Amino acid sequence: MIVTQTAFRKGLLDPALPAPEGLQNPDGAQATKRFDVYRNNVAVSLSDALESAFPVVRKLVGDEFFRAMAGVYLRKFPPSSPLMMHYGEHLPQFLTRFEPTKNHRYLPDIARVELAIRKSYHAADAEPIDGQALAAVAPEDLMALQMTIAPAVQVVSSKDYPIHAIYMANTREDAPKPEPGAESVLIARPHFDPTIHKISTADASCIKALQEGKSLGLALAEAGDDLDLGATLGLLLSQRAIIELN
Amino acid sequence: MLDATSFNALPNKPGVGHKPQHYKDILGNPGPLGWLEIHAENYMGDGGRPIAQLRHLSEQFPISVHGVGLSIGGEGDLDKDHLARLKHLIGWLNPASFSEHLAWSTHDSHFLNDLLPLPYNMKTVKRVADHIDEVQEVVGRKMLLENPSSYLAFAESTMSETDFLKEIVSRTGCGLLLDVNNVFVSATNLNTSPQAYIDDFALDAVGEIHLGGHDEDEDETGAPLLIDSHGKAVVDPVWALLDYTLERSGRKPLLIEWDTDVPEWPVLAAEVARAHAALELVAA
Repeated sequence: MIVTQTAFRKGLLDPALPAPEGLQNPDGAQATKRFDVYRNNVAVSLSDALESAFPVVRKLVGDEFFRAMAGVYLRKFPPSSPLMMHYGEHLPQFLTRFEPTKNHRYLPDIARVELAIRKSYHAADAEPIDGQALAAVAPEDLMALQMTIAPAVQVVSSKDYPIHAIYMANTREDAPKPEPGAESVLIARPHFDPTIHKISTADASCIKALQEGKSLGLALAEAGDDLDLGATLGLLLSQRAIIELN
Repeated sequence: MLDATSFNALPNKPGVGHKPQHYKDILGNPGPLGWLEIHAENYMGDGGRPIAQLRHLSEQFPISVHGVGLSIGGEGDLDKDHLARLKHLIGWLNPASFSEHLAWSTHDSHFLNDLLPLPYNMKTVKRVADHIDEVQEVVGRKMLLENPSSYLAFAESTMSETDFLKEIVSRTGCGLLLDVNNVFVSATNLNTSPQAYIDDFALDAVGEIHLGGHDEDEDETGAPLLIDSHGKAVVDPVWALLDYTLERSGRKPLLIEWDTDVPEWPVLAAEVARAHAALELVAA
């Protein structure tokens, strides 16, 4: 009796299936509980990985609910790579469609914030420019200027929810209660720990345009009249988020 | 501090599986600690703290890179992207040792994050040997292959695990990583003798020994079922099996693994001290 890895994997992810035939206890009897050891290892290790990746989503839904939800998620989306630091990338779309969470529409946005923080944490290192270098650009060259944004910079925008306030209220003891309203956040990594900042919709448009390699002039056009350019650039410089001027 | 030339190989001293929460303790008070092991996959990000800490640690300690995601026992081809990441890590870090598991974890592009078992027969010898040849070719160095913890047996197996490993060593030239806790766990679970396993093991090929804790359970018939959890102190019978092994193998680089419910450094340091004492008992 040959046990294929296809059959082994199916059995691991579907607890309703019997253990594949050909797996044995020491006395030669068909293995049952012994196969469950592997089932349990897979489910627990993937569920643990999701717990450590999404602490705020977990806090919002509660430990017990999160574990049950993780059990469904890990069977629908097992990892596609051995890099567990990237596991959970489908959680926002999963939360949008999962029956028990689909009416908690802020959850996918919070999951996107947590994914962005983890990406920032593992992003490549980069040496920031000196603020003086930006000040030294001649006014007539400013609109054509391109800025390379650090790989650790992430922008997340919600269409409907105060994602910064919700994130802060669930990670800082002294944070105020969230008020309704859409928010965007900038995630940067001045040293090793990602930082999170509430930014305006105009800031978010401007920074996204700069990340795409657009000139400052184009980025300003996309941001519209509400942008306070001095404040935006000040924030980027203070977070060591600009690494090259072209 | 340690002599930089010793970084070409792991010393015959105790090491620990590195956890970031112990970073400052390890640098501040290493005691008899002679080297560190890291899980390769945790250092395959592009940058940030993990890479910076590893770079710094590698200037102070010999490093062993221990892969957990290559799926050497997999039916399918090795993941070329993952091999390239491994080559990159080994390239910049230049570790003292590189090891992986006799197990599979990926099938049809799905990674299952566990070390899954395979049957032992001539067909799987060829598959594993071909994969090890490919790994050693790509990363450009010899690897060590670790014996697994077994919870069950395959009806289709025709060889013992020790014979299987000897055959792999002879075909690929790889070395072996002998996990003494895994030997104890497998022997208990499969109702065989752990000492007989050690007696039959290719000890000349061993480049590193692992020790870790396990959990105790029972199968549906009431037979003991030990689970390799790496979440506890090493138990006395495993320390005794280590002594039995070291008497036959001589001193080896000896690792304490503690991966879940990771304790404060002093608890792990006590295990390191015990490992150090076990090595000191053996003729140099």
